[in-house]
Order: sequence, then structure tokens, then C-alpha cells
Amino acid sequence: MKTMKLIYPLALAIALASTGCHSHKPGIVTPLPGSNPGEVGGDNGAGTVPPGTAVNPDNDANGTNNQIATTSMDEFENMAMDRAALAANTVHFAYDSAAVKKSEKANLQAVAAALSSDASAKLLIEGHCDERGTEEYNRSLGERRALALREALAKMGVDPSRVRTISYGKDRPADPGHDEAAWAKNRRGEFVLLHPKAQS
Amino acid sequence: MKKNILQLIKICLSVFIFAVGLNFANGQDQNPLNMTEQVKVLGNTKPIPVSLDGFSGEIADVLKFDLYVQGFSFVTPDAAQYQISGSNSGNVTGSVTDKFARKMILSRSYTGASLRRQAHAFADDIVLAITGKKGIAQTKTAFKAQSENGNGEIYVADFDGHNAQAVTHDGTIVAAPAWWPRRLALFYTSYQPGNPDIFYHNLSTGRRSVVAGFSGLNTAAAVSPDGSKLAMILDRSGSPNVWVCSADGTNFKRLTTTTEDSSPCWSPDGQRICFATKINERRVLAKVPAGGGEVQRISTAGVSNPTDPDWSPDGKWIAFTSQMGDFNICVMPAAGGNPTVLVAGEHPSWSPNSRTLVFNHAVGYRQVLSVLDVFTKQVKDIDRISGSDSQPAWAR
Repeated sequence: MKTMKLIYPLALAIALASTGCHSHKPGIVTPLPGSNPGEVGGDNGAGTVPPGTAVNPDNDANGTNNQIATTSMDEFENMAMDRAALAANTVHFAYDSAAVKKSEKANLQAVAAALSSDASAKLLIEGHCDERGTEEYNRSLGERRALALREALAKMGVDPSRVRTISYGKDRPADPGHDEAAWAKNRRGEFVLLHPKAQS
Repeated sequence: MKKNILQLIKICLSVFIFAVGLNFANGQDQNPLNMTEQVKVLGNTKPIPVSLDGFSGEIADVLKFDLYVQGFSFVTPDAAQYQISGSNSGNVTGSVTDKFARKMILSRSYTGASLRRQAHAFADDIVLAITGKKGIAQTKTAFKAQSENGNGEIYVADFDGHNAQAVTHDGTIVAAPAWWPRRLALFYTSYQPGNPDIFYHNLSTGRRSVVAGFSGLNTAAAVSPDGSKLAMILDRSGSPNVWVCSADGTNFKRLTTTTEDSSPCWSPDGQRICFATKINERRVLAKVPAGGGEVQRISTAGVSNPTDPDWSPDGKWIAFTSQMGDFNICVMPAAGGNPTVLVAGEHPSWSPNSRTLVFNHAVGYRQVLSVLDVFTKQVKDIDRISGSDSQPAWAR
């Protein structure tokens, strides 16, 4: 026991003496630049990127922006957007609902009539939400509203293959306000008539 | 003479080993980050008191931010459990002394990169030395920054918001960035093609491509922990559903027939996908086997309208957003039940060490990113990058 009493202070003294050296000549020096710029989570653990790693956002310069292969526009390419034709027929929804209200029937009939009077026309339905609800929830809700309107039009005889949907979630409010009056305007489905572009 | 030196080395070595052993035992007793204690006190753990001396300006600020959001509090040296000392003249040099065990547990210098990065590296070493867990100070996040007209760009930045860099220049709506695990690459939604499509973007080469560009909604990409698969929301079947595909955009498979799905995330073992949906007229979180199968509701008793789930990398927790009037960040055991409501905010994303969340919350009518230590509930805003910052995703 006597030796223990002696040894512990000695251990402390040695520990302190050895660490004391570090201020002059640190025992451990960590050089920071890493070596795997394409990897996240090498030497410094998950989620880390070596210092000096260049992030290359060069998605415009390589010209891919206008050449991105996507199937989403196939049937609707080269169509001209006519926002004015059906601007008066925007349909509104109840809070957090994608159910098409009976009171919107006249608007839907007007849209169906516009399509039936022009066989070459197609339709884009834009689904929108008010700002309540998280972003991705609202992106799904906006899509559900657009799909519900397409379904309602189909029941009126519109061929669903002539209708494309897009959800803007809460990113394109009609009214930038933050009260119920604004929210009521923002929970909506807008109709954009698409015409084949004139051949030149 | 030679014999004497050998003898001395022998004594010193045995004394040193003894002291290390002693302190290791002490350290275990005194370590307030014992995992079983943490489970009991989610959101209510006492921070670890440390003192900080010798650092100045930006470097002192970096260390304070990094340590505060990882559960440390700053006190006078007398009241500190750990004394952190050092200097940032030239390079960052620092040490940590355990005041209870009366032992220096870390002494290190840093060279290269920026002083700021050296400070982050020191913060990580401090966290590792004191808690035994990897820190988060050198990690990256991705997020969207949106202007008032609704258009935005995807950014990547250090976890504290510094060195933010736009990685898109689409001038359109962008959303829901997600990292490819262990790669400098993102998946995100951009309306650039005239439709919300899911892009893959290699941040080393700058090349990108559309991996899901079907008519209608393509959004909320989440990469499986092994990087091989993608979960997402598509409405190819007539309603927004959870789909999976290979990470290269082939082999699409519909996983759910529930009709109001959003925001899928992966369990860390890659076996299940958790998502928000509606079952029996109630908004719930649910999980489904990643290969297809029965959708099972996850109980979130006590809070309503759960969305934005994120499964912690250690598998223990699911963080999510609840909406009862306002948005709140909640954390619950991954099996479900009794969520803890932590702070106001939405869209939580776990740090790689499953201890910290990055999320966004409203300041006025703009969104600001914030970092939260889920155990102490210590939280700090990140300086706003541009417009309204939201939908953060932690690289891991």
C-alpha cells in the first residue's frame, strides 16, 4: 500500500510532465487535407468530406441542362401553353382535402367543353396547396388535387391521356398572404390549355 | 547505467498503464453520456460542463458552436468537468484535461486546411475523447434555399452552414435533397424539365441525370444505406405512392397502395422503409418491407399529423415533424410509441452519429436551418444562406 501511495502521485507527475511537453512539441499532429475527394466519410468519419475537396456544380456548362432525358414531357412536347383560356375556371379545395366539391361542377364543365371543342388541345392541371403542411406532404397533396380533377374530368368524358398533372405544393401561392383568405385562394387546381405549336 | 534506464522505463511503463486503467474506470463512472441514461432523458439530459480558454475570435466561436450543439455547456474553469485549453495563433493547438480524474485526456495540434477546419477537427477530437463517440464538426449537409417567388437552388455546406455552395443553377423549384451514402453525390427534385423529376448529381464531376422523370410527380428520393436502391414518391399508378428502384434508375417497383403517401426514409439495415401516409382516415407513420409486403402503422401516440420521418443511423430512433397547429420536431423509439416533442420546426435529418438533428423552422415567414442536440435540447440557428432555407439532409 505504501508503494501505491508513492506511485500514484508519480504517475500523475509523469502524465502531466509528458502532456506538458506538447505545448512545445505536440506529440500528435493531425494533418488535415484528405485523399479521397469522391468519397464522403473517409478519415474523419461518416458524413465528412476531406478539406479542400472541390464541389463541382457544373451542371450548366456541360450542356446537360437541355439534353436531359426525361419521359415526363413526351406526349406534351412542343405544346404552347394558354393560361388565359381557362383562368376563370380555377377550382378551389377545402383545407387538407383533395375532394372535388360539387360546387365546382360548372368550372369542370367549362374545361371539358374547351377540350371537346378542340380535338388537338391537351390540358395541364396544376395542383397547389396553402402553406400549412410540410413541403413534401404538400407536394403529394397538390398532386392528389390535380389527379382528382383529372378523374372528375374523365367522368365527364375527357380522355385522361390528354391530361397531364403537375404539383407545385406550396411553392406557387396565388396570394402571398398568411391568413385564411389567402389560404382559401391558394388551395386550388389551375387549368392550362395546351395547343400544338404552329408549324413554321 | 543501461540496466538502470531499463529499470526506470519499466517502472514508468507499469505506472502509466496503472494510471490509464484507473482513469479509464473513473471515466466510465463519470461519463454522463451513458447510453442507458440517455434513453431515459431524451430532451432533458444535463449538458457536460467545460471551460474554454486560450482561443480567440472565429476559432473560439467555432469551438463554442460545435460543442454547444453536441451537448456541452460553458462554465468557469472551477466549475468545469473538462478544461479545454489551447491556442489558435498560427495553427490550432489544444488539450483537454479531465478535472475529476486530474488527467489530460487529449493534446493535439493541427496543420493544413483552414484554421476553421482545424477548429472543427479539434472539436471532433474533444467529443471523441470525452464521450467516446465520433463528433459531427466536419460533416456536410445539403438543403434548399428558396426565394420569395418559390424558385430556389440546392446547396451543400458545412454542418454549421459555412462554406455554402449552390450546386444547382436551375432557377426553378427544387426540393428534397438526399445524399448518396459515403459519396459526394446527391439526389434531389428539380422542376427544371418542366416537371418535378428526380435528379442524380455527382458533385465531383458536376454531371447529373434524371433517374425518375415520369409524367406527374417524382420526388422525395431517399437512398438505401448501402447505396444500391432509391425510395421515392411517384404517382405512376394514379396516386402518390412509395416506389423503389435501383440507384441507376432501373427496376422500378411500387411498394404501397395507400393513397396519401409522402417522405420515405430507410431503416439503417435497409430492410424497411418508413413513410407518412393516411390509414383509417388518420395521418400516420407506417413502414413497409423494402422488398414489398404489408404496410404496418407505427404508433405516434400523443402527437398528430406526423410527416417527414428520418430513421437514426444507429436504428434506435425515428425523428419526424408533427403538426398540431404549429410544426414540432419529435423523436420516438423506432418501434413506435411516446414521441418526445423537442422544439418547434420541421424536416429533421439525423447526424451520422445519431445524436444531433438538423431541421428548419420559421423565423417570421422565412425558414432558417437549426442544429439540435436531441439529448440536452441545446439548439442553435445556422446563419441564413439565402432566402428561405429548408429541407436539410445530413451527409452520412
